[in-house]
Amino acid sequence: MELLCPAGSMPALKAALENGADAVYVGFKGETNARHFAGLNLDATGLREAVKLVHSYGKKIHVAINTFAHVRTWDHWRKAVDDAAAAGVDVLIVADVAVLAYAAERYPRMELHLSVQASATNAAAIDFYKQFNVKRVVLPRVLSMQQVRSLARTTDVDLEVFAFGSLCIMAEGRCYLSSYMTGQSPNTAGACSPAEFVRWDETADGGLESRLNGIMIDRFAADETAGYPTLCKGRFKVGDDTYHALEEPTSLNTLDLLPELYREGIASLKIEGRQRSPAYVAQITRVWRQAIDRVMTDPDHFTAQDEWNAVLANLSEGSQTTLGAYHRKWK
Amino acid sequence: MKFSFGPILYFWPRLEVEKFYREVADSDVDCVYLGEAVCSKRRELKFDDYFRIAQELREAGKQVCLSTMTLLEAPSELRELRKYCDNGEFLVEANDVGAISLLNEQKLPFVGGAALQIYNQHSLRRFIGMGMKRWVIPAELSRDWLAELLAEPMIESVRDCFETELMGFGHLPLAWSGRCFTARSENRAKDQCELCCIKYPQGRTVTSQDGTEVFVLNGIQTQSGSRYNLINQLQGMHGLVDMLRLSPEPSDSLTWLQRFRMNQDGQRPYRLARNESNGYWLKLAGLAQVNERMEDDC
Repeated sequence: MELLCPAGSMPALKAALENGADAVYVGFKGETNARHFAGLNLDATGLREAVKLVHSYGKKIHVAINTFAHVRTWDHWRKAVDDAAAAGVDVLIVADVAVLAYAAERYPRMELHLSVQASATNAAAIDFYKQFNVKRVVLPRVLSMQQVRSLARTTDVDLEVFAFGSLCIMAEGRCYLSSYMTGQSPNTAGACSPAEFVRWDETADGGLESRLNGIMIDRFAADETAGYPTLCKGRFKVGDDTYHALEEPTSLNTLDLLPELYREGIASLKIEGRQRSPAYVAQITRVWRQAIDRVMTDPDHFTAQDEWNAVLANLSEGSQTTLGAYHRKWK
Repeated sequence: MKFSFGPILYFWPRLEVEKFYREVADSDVDCVYLGEAVCSKRRELKFDDYFRIAQELREAGKQVCLSTMTLLEAPSELRELRKYCDNGEFLVEANDVGAISLLNEQKLPFVGGAALQIYNQHSLRRFIGMGMKRWVIPAELSRDWLAELLAEPMIESVRDCFETELMGFGHLPLAWSGRCFTARSENRAKDQCELCCIKYPQGRTVTSQDGTEVFVLNGIQTQSGSRYNLINQLQGMHGLVDMLRLSPEPSDSLTWLQRFRMNQDGQRPYRLARNESNGYWLKLAGLAQVNERMEDDC
């Protein structure tokens, strides 16, 4: 079972390698990448250096070219595939059928993984993508453990699941909430709840109000910690209740499911967070390396150690973690 | 331009559904989509009921398509999907590529739903090659994006092989989740939802703390808080949109069909209500509303 860690920069990539990642995933600067943030990601030269470094550790490097190509700038996606192949990367993570087809036809020996952005949540959908020789599918964070198990037992394609990090509660790649509010979405702009639309206002009683493109996402009392206004994690009103109508600010943590994921033959555990700092990547990678080593040695007697959970909680949104949709009682 | 009714996205009592389709049978709508497209627990009508209604609508002269679910997770949902794909008589709207897999086994043509992720000419061309006869354009694409896409030579050359359809009226489906937000709003777990969606025939409105309608909760689906309404944009759709979809609402759906028909060339513009939007089509945030100047302003 592979530990796959995020790297939004060379320092984060080094942190992942030094702390025990089996593989890292990166993306290009620009619109081909669903984590299109200012100051992050690599250009073609940076990618060549990254490949050299990763291979010197004997590890693998995956490149996410996982947005949907636009009409007039299709060449940017094609060039991203060409640049990644020329740099000698091990894997491409792709969502768009057009990009998959191009990569499969032009580089038949390149290993292709289906990005979570393609929203493949069932065996028939996975079958659909076999025509592009997809070797592995990254599952959206909407399935229960029971559904993951059932898929693992049905399909002959390798499965990768999200193990830790920010929790997307919608089927990724099919969520248009961000463009509804701002005009920019992961699919069209590689960004969700983009920072340029965020506004903070102080309230008379010393609290804070957060807005996204003018829409109020949350209101915090003076003694509350104010979180980034990701639009699905705000407090809204339904009927007479004001609460986190879609989701609390919390992070996914699957440490407790590790033995089960291992027994079902899940090929890879993905850590979310290419937008995170090298220090974050280092700490998370260290914990998950220890946990995976432990489960692989003795899956029957695995228990998540308190100190691991303490480190992870500390690095989580609102210091809270959840098993998310994996857990049937999630509501 | 042709007009269609999309599948009923909410959970209505059986009698309401039957009544709605009796009215639709008597209307002059061109095409009707029906079937459960949101949640497999909603079983006021079963596949056989939809199939019977589909036959009745066909008898009434409508083109009929069976819509399938967008978020398919459980093996039981795939078995139900197979029933739709194996129906033997009606075109199927594939809202997930899983449906396309099943339809391709039998080399059947299909309607490609709005949640298929088709954003460029190469993808569109691939799906047409797989048998897509009609493409429902993703909600977030603008008129400009569609015009650019359809003008690409590789699409122009096959433009006779497929139709385009756009959802132009109703609350837009914007996201699907493993979580049921309606159950959550009643503080129930998804497994113990007690089918509470039936209490909300138009979903549950979510407002911001300062009073703006932000979303509508419809079970596992999140919809736009505003009602999308492109009634004043129909003129600009000629040559781009072959069929315009209205999403059924508990009341006035047929009145809206008439309003749309009467304004196809801009003869009867309509002033949008406060909570209506047209932003996506105009290349703005989806919730934006642009009202053209009306004659009665003068």
